[in-house]
Amino acid sequence: MSIEAREARQPWILLAPALTAIGLLLIVPLMFIIVYSFWLRSAAGADTPGFFFDNWIAALTDRFYRDILLNTLKIAAVTTVACAVLGYPAAYFIARSQGNKLILLVLLMLPFWISYIIRTMSWINILGVSGALNSALIWVGIINEPIQMLYNETTVILGLVHFLLPFMVLNIFVSLDGIDTNLEDAASSLGATRWQGFLQVTLPLSLPGLAAGGLLCFVLAAGTYITPVILGGPRDAMFANLVYEAIIRQLNWPLGSALSLLLLIVLGVLVLIYNRYLGMAQLAKGLG
Amino acid sequence: MGWRLIRTYTILVYLFMFLPIAVVVLLSFNANQFGSFPMTGLSTRWFETLWQNEAIMRAFRTSITLGLMTAVVSTVLGVLASLALVRYAIPGRNLITTLLIAPILVPEVVLAVALLLFLNFLNIGKSFTLLLMGHVIFTLPFVILVVQARLVSIRRDVEEAAMSLGASPRQTFFSITLPLLMPAVAAGGLFAFTISFDDITGTLFWKPGGIETVPTQIFSMLRNSISPEINALGTVIIVLTVGLPLIGAAVARKLATKSAG
Repeated sequence: MSIEAREARQPWILLAPALTAIGLLLIVPLMFIIVYSFWLRSAAGADTPGFFFDNWIAALTDRFYRDILLNTLKIAAVTTVACAVLGYPAAYFIARSQGNKLILLVLLMLPFWISYIIRTMSWINILGVSGALNSALIWVGIINEPIQMLYNETTVILGLVHFLLPFMVLNIFVSLDGIDTNLEDAASSLGATRWQGFLQVTLPLSLPGLAAGGLLCFVLAAGTYITPVILGGPRDAMFANLVYEAIIRQLNWPLGSALSLLLLIVLGVLVLIYNRYLGMAQLAKGLG
Repeated sequence: MGWRLIRTYTILVYLFMFLPIAVVVLLSFNANQFGSFPMTGLSTRWFETLWQNEAIMRAFRTSITLGLMTAVVSTVLGVLASLALVRYAIPGRNLITTLLIAPILVPEVVLAVALLLFLNFLNIGKSFTLLLMGHVIFTLPFVILVVQARLVSIRRDVEEAAMSLGASPRQTFFSITLPLLMPAVAAGGLFAFTISFDDITGTLFWKPGGIETVPTQIFSMLRNSISPEINALGTVIIVLTVGLPLIGAAVARKLATKSAG
């Protein structure tokens, strides 16, 4: 074999293990559940291969599934907006602060390393019947009996915001940090107030970061399984909980396949719209 | 006016992020037998019960084994793929990158269902092997992102100099590229370990009955109620997951200065 031919083969040899792994453990399985979602679960418990639309009709028309899907999207949207409102000023502060930028960034990254389930359950210590807030309110004398503040939709959103906020701040920070501060000075020397300068110069330039953070928050929130189980009540199930019910408890795998694909399609459309207008590079910047 | 307001706001945001975690650590040293407020004194009794809890210790061993194996496999696959992507002009580079990053974009539940059902179809049931394969898939993109970013900054001419002095590509890789890449390899491996150690959603789908990792163990303990033992476990995990990367970063910096000097 010539040296050129060997050179040309080299990268593919290096890529082969990773591509094989992704192909066999992600791409092929995804295609497999597409096929599987058209099979039928018979009463006897065996799956009937074939081409039936029953699971898809159930997933799309059953009011129970539709309500939970809409509610999941609503929770994800509220979480994303809350993260943006909480995160933007913080990201702005970090990007524009002089001395302690590094410390603030390291602190911001810390929660990424702290276990998700620990962070989620930590709210039980704060809001639970014998938690910090109830104890404090009783001690001050505002209430006599502890109030149950946990296990509702608000605490689910609270837990999600707590989990996802660092993703948002980091993405906004990355795009704010890349803006030349001279631009703001130029705006003010041309007579704009600081607020005008921010609204017309800095904010538009930082929108790609805001969008990347928003996409990440939305997709991660909409796919959550754990938070509603720990911080939500019996009526706060999200879509991933439905999938878990179908797959692990009812063992109705064809239906579970259809439900997971529905979630993938809804979120996939969002990612595609994002990719169409902003491209994946911005997202990679925030992740790396 | 604005700046002071933004600063106060930022401090509140940081408090929001860290206060609940601080309360976990505080309560884990609580002498009160229900582990709740008011605190009656400081004690390390919950750490002692933790140490004697066989189920938790087993979960720790499982998580560490799984995390280490995931880190090794992911890092090897990730470094090889990054080398190909950065060092060679290959057709369809963007498509390949998107494919390799795809596990981040697919919701974890969907990834978990797809892998579980497909491997079950191949007669590979819920098992440690399935857990390992699943963890490798969703840690791989992070390793590739970290290693690629570093690899771009290693200058090509250093490698070319070695080769022009007669080193084979293999020799060049092991004596030039790899040592320069070491901080990224370490960071990627650590990243993979932490993500694997922390994972719960995929793990709940893939784990066979009887095997618990630390997060699934906490999850099943939470079903009853929050016990001071869980807070103690939380504290141990916080110390491990925050301490390890900090040590890792320090080691990486040391390695970097050594290879630079």
